[in-house]
Amino acid sequence: MESRICFSLNGKDVSITTDPLRRLIDVLREDFDCKGVKEGCSEGECGACSILLNGKMVTSCIIPVGAADGQQIMTIEGISATEKGKVIIDAFADGGAVQCGFCIPGMVIATYYLLSNNPDPTEDEIRLGLSGNICRCTGYDLIVESVRLAAKRGGELWKK
Amino acid sequence: MVVGDISRAIRRVDAVSKCKGTVKYVSDYSFGDCLWGRLVRSSIPRGRILAIHLPPMPDGYRFVTYKDLPEGGHNYLHMIATDWKCFAENEVRYVGETIGIMVGPDKDTVENLRQQIKIDYEEQTPAVTIDEGLACKGGAFVNDDNIHCRLSLKVGDVDEAFRKAAKVVTETIETGFQEHIYLETNGACCIPEDDHYVIYASSQCPFYISKSISPLLNLTPDKVVVRHTTTGGAFGGKEHFPDVVCGPLLVAAYVMKKGVKMIFDREEDIENSVKRHPSKVTFKTALDKDGNILGMDSVVCYNVGGYLSSSFVVLQRGCFHVTGCYSFPSIRSVGLGVATNTFPSCAFRGFGAPQTIFAVETHLCHIAEMLGIDPLEYKSRYFIKQGDTTSTNGKIVERVMIPEMLEQVKKASDYDRKSKAYKWGSGRGIGISFYNHGGAFTGNGEQAIIKARCQLHKFANGDVEILCSQTEMGQGFHTILPKIAAYVLGIPIEKVIFRNPDTSRVPDSGPTAASRSTMIVGELVERAANLMKPRYDKEEDFTVETHYEHPEGYPWDQNTFQGYAYLGYGWGVCAVEVEVDPCTAEITTKGIWSSHDCGHPIDEKIVHGQVNGGVLQGLGWGSTEVMQNTDGHFKQTSMSDYIIPTSMDFPKQGVYLVDNPYPWGPFGAKGMGELVFNGSAAAYIDAVSRAIGKRINRIPLPTEEVMNYMLHGTDLRSEIEEVR
Ligand code: FES
Ligand code: FES
Repeated sequence: MESRICFSLNGKDVSITTDPLRRLIDVLREDFDCKGVKEGCSEGECGACSILLNGKMVTSCIIPVGAADGQQIMTIEGISATEKGKVIIDAFADGGAVQCGFCIPGMVIATYYLLSNNPDPTEDEIRLGLSGNICRCTGYDLIVESVRLAAKRGGELWKK
Repeated sequence: MVVGDISRAIRRVDAVSKCKGTVKYVSDYSFGDCLWGRLVRSSIPRGRILAIHLPPMPDGYRFVTYKDLPEGGHNYLHMIATDWKCFAENEVRYVGETIGIMVGPDKDTVENLRQQIKIDYEEQTPAVTIDEGLACKGGAFVNDDNIHCRLSLKVGDVDEAFRKAAKVVTETIETGFQEHIYLETNGACCIPEDDHYVIYASSQCPFYISKSISPLLNLTPDKVVVRHTTTGGAFGGKEHFPDVVCGPLLVAAYVMKKGVKMIFDREEDIENSVKRHPSKVTFKTALDKDGNILGMDSVVCYNVGGYLSSSFVVLQRGCFHVTGCYSFPSIRSVGLGVATNTFPSCAFRGFGAPQTIFAVETHLCHIAEMLGIDPLEYKSRYFIKQGDTTSTNGKIVERVMIPEMLEQVKKASDYDRKSKAYKWGSGRGIGISFYNHGGAFTGNGEQAIIKARCQLHKFANGDVEILCSQTEMGQGFHTILPKIAAYVLGIPIEKVIFRNPDTSRVPDSGPTAASRSTMIVGELVERAANLMKPRYDKEEDFTVETHYEHPEGYPWDQNTFQGYAYLGYGWGVCAVEVEVDPCTAEITTKGIWSSHDCGHPIDEKIVHGQVNGGVLQGLGWGSTEVMQNTDGHFKQTSMSDYIIPTSMDFPKQGVYLVDNPYPWGPFGAKGMGELVFNGSAAAYIDAVSRAIGKRINRIPLPTEEVMNYMLHGTDLRSEIEEVR
């Protein structure tokens, strides 16, 4: 039942021999210590476990690790070290986006994905971009404003 | 960074690490070679356990129950009341009641064995709703009337008001269960160490856990050390409930002589955790010939569930807030905590106040609309002021800035124009609500029960550590307290250390609950810092300690519930504007504006975030958050069927504050974490009722209910039922 699965994780080639049906979130958290990938709902509803799979945002709780074979994965651990990631994190910190923090790595990923595809979004576009990520603490407003701040501060960076 | 004006926002100390995902929550710890635990629970709402059939247990696996308690161990959780058992013995009172804990080294095997455990029951007829509880369906199981707790309040002569009344109207307002949906589910780990146990838990109140569960093993609380782990949201749902999680873990760790951990998945958490109390408030209101209120009588029923735990205190707060922001000539209120066969209800942001505030706000709207008067105009006749009598025959001590707050909200929302322009039933509506929240424990509870203590320690290198038991669960307390200390001492905030509490090294400054942390513990820190300040430059290594002192001259009697229930209230005004689709009944919220008085804010941005989150959580409670339970089982068990607001559901909020320094709070701050929840549902429902022209008596209000009211509801102008 086990098979060898190879993928790129945050820019490094990694491999693991495991049951390909294990959830990607479990492999990332347990085998690769990516503890910033959070589990909020286990059914693809909350977005806390969001990652980028070949540059697309997906929820890692409903993806079997076998699907990652040969693919590129970025988690919050990788994103936060990038220039774009740093701009987002700074904006979130200054904009008051963070409360309990459990949804926040997923929100940072969603922001990265949104701004990479739409460098200057309107408020409605931001709200749409974050709509797959549930936050119970903030009421979203300051996250939305922080995304706007990240767009402004990042400027040209988002067009790269 | 040296802190400037205390209110000016600074970066939260935990913001960057939370963004990067490097902050550890309980599920992020490895805890070495711990065992896994999984609770085995009652699958029926009411009955007797006849037999438990266990599958063959592999080596190292065990099913732990009440029978495993040591000699002298007490199988109860010591919450506010001591009636909730850690493990069911013979009787079960609700679906999800803990019967035992399955433990062992491999998580999947534990789960597999758990599923094979078969329990035979003798089933009994459950009482699930408030009405069924009151009717003692299936026979009473608490006292002889299913009433867990009761209280009554009286101000002035209501009977005389009823005799003089031109008309007496009655109606009932209902609210439903609400699930917390803290984004981090419940989880904890218990590890035996030397002569004691160490608990790591996602929780609000570490000392509550020690006190509550140590009697299980006949230990003193200091033998159960609790190390708080950063908590991913709580909202009251982790005030007492972690006791229910940690109790079985403690017993399992004792039996297995090894660490045991348990992390709930979402479905397990929703199905098997406490909720906000459903409520039913019946008013009888005496009106004179012009429609003025002479007296208001209310019966406040809360669905407590199978065990009392903290519910009497919740019910008390509910009754104390039944007059909202108003002063009526006479009132009477009877509160009943009703026993039912549902999961026990417990703390949830607002702690009983939101239900009665929603009820009184809605009732006043209905009377106004029956009289053909704008609800705001009617409500403003009764606004309470400084010096006025409260529902407990105390006085309002502080200045009440409702008029100023109302001005802000009216201006921002264009209320006056819209209220006239949007005719009732026109598909558009604007609603407005008024609300308050008494800060900290009721009456002299802070002095008589909590007795908070706090320490500041200065190290030789100039660092200062805050030692208290307050927890960070998202509300920003890891920033607020250091900010206060840094400001007083005139040192950079980076020099102030404030760690997650460990009950073996911090004094008990009380629970992180009741909107008390800033108001009470913030003041202890402010005072301690003032004591430290003159010695700061001269001495190297020393500690100062402060104790809570209740202001003199504001008596309270906890037996009769008479006197000054709260010295400082938070106050709020909220307006909501909606549009209703005439065909689909879908509601679009067009605007949300609120103003709050939380004294002098310690950090405007943190306050802003609390307002946004609380207001939205209240709107969820009033609209989409349907949690049904008709047969003892919660029907909604996941985040795809229990619907909380997303970023798309409501527009950006207009947030306003007034500055009203509170003399006994740090820098004039009062409590606000719960206040901001208390009123938005009432404003929303007011707006929707006006838009559809129908009287709404019940929340939540999902689209199908809006449709229902549109088709079958009672017109806003019609007479409310009369009684004598
Ligand atoms: S945990 Fe994956 S979407 Fe919620
Ligand atoms: S900050 Fe707590 S869930 Fe978003």
